[in-house]
Amino acid sequence: MLAVRDQRDRAAFAALFDHFAPRLKGFVMRSGTSPAQAEEIVQEVMLTIWRKAGQFDPARAQVSAWIYQITRNRQIDMIRKDRRPRPEELDQDPETGPDPGQMLAVEQEAGQLKQALTRLKPNQREMIEKAYLGELTHQEISSQTGLPLGTIKSRIRLGLDRLRHELKELR
Amino acid sequence: MTAITHHIPDALLAAYATGNLPQAYSLVVAAHVSLCLDCRATVEAHQAAGGVVLDSVGAEPVSDRLKSGVLDLLDAPFVPEPRFQRSGVFPGPVVEALKGKPPRWKSLGLGVRQSILAADRDGSVRLLSIPPGQAVPDHSHNGLELTLVLEGSFRDETGRFAVGDVEVADQSLEHTPIAEPGPACICLAATDAPLRFNALIPRLLQPLFRI
Repeated sequence: MLAVRDQRDRAAFAALFDHFAPRLKGFVMRSGTSPAQAEEIVQEVMLTIWRKAGQFDPARAQVSAWIYQITRNRQIDMIRKDRRPRPEELDQDPETGPDPGQMLAVEQEAGQLKQALTRLKPNQREMIEKAYLGELTHQEISSQTGLPLGTIKSRIRLGLDRLRHELKELR
Repeated sequence: MTAITHHIPDALLAAYATGNLPQAYSLVVAAHVSLCLDCRATVEAHQAAGGVVLDSVGAEPVSDRLKSGVLDLLDAPFVPEPRFQRSGVFPGPVVEALKGKPPRWKSLGLGVRQSILAADRDGSVRLLSIPPGQAVPDHSHNGLELTLVLEGSFRDETGRFAVGDVEVADQSLEHTPIAEPGPACICLAATDAPLRFNALIPRLLQPLFRI
């Protein structure tokens, strides 16, 4: 992903496609979307990944998290007539270079989450999948998802603190 | 300025991150997250979990022409997504809801003004401007109401709410928010149902004002 972002590497993008396109299609079809329409969404998501690669911040998200967000935005924009409200995008501070330790830690935390998901009981896991697929109402979602999100949240907070943003001066 | 003390509950942030939250509430969440790094971290943590689900939910083979089609389109011209940044007291998502224009205020009497950003059968979201010392009419709620302070502050039976703070109110809360001294209190408020006023006359006026 970083080769796509920094070198606009097409071979790296093709590899990213091979990894994510089938997963994206499976994910979108789980919500009852037809195979043909699912491929349309996959195409738009993959093109958005290429075009918005500069916004990917490995200090805050593993690649699949960033792609998840793009995918849900696309799905919701298609269902609703209005664009889904998005938070302001935060610019990366040009003076702070990449922090490999932070990037690695985010990846590791995501790996821990994946293991935690596989260890859940089948019905609990199914509820989590339904929630993240967007199939629950907000009343059905409780704060206890069964996934331990505390450590990755602290890690992402560190990643956010590295960004220079006007709200630091505002508050 | 003081730090944000009233945040959005985790369950609502989870509903937002996963795309399970109605549009009106989503605007309040997106606006608060634009001001609050803690809640942004929570939303992004849920996105991390969403990425894990995306990775493990099971793949479906894609057709050969999909890949060649995508690769062919990499250099195609495209319209970049609009980016809305903060303007004055309004966070980017509010600027987007206003379509980049200043709010069109309508008077509700006693110096209280509102500007409806969106309203449909799933709920409504609007800006309110309340002059210092003025109360929003005593009301209770049919559903859930989220109120984000953008300028000034208000106080009610449950506490004080300043810039960036969100009050989460449901059926059980009967409250009378009063704007504190200083600039007019500008809030972004979302409901999934019309507000019920306790006085008779405002109730009769409700359909007229859509408050």
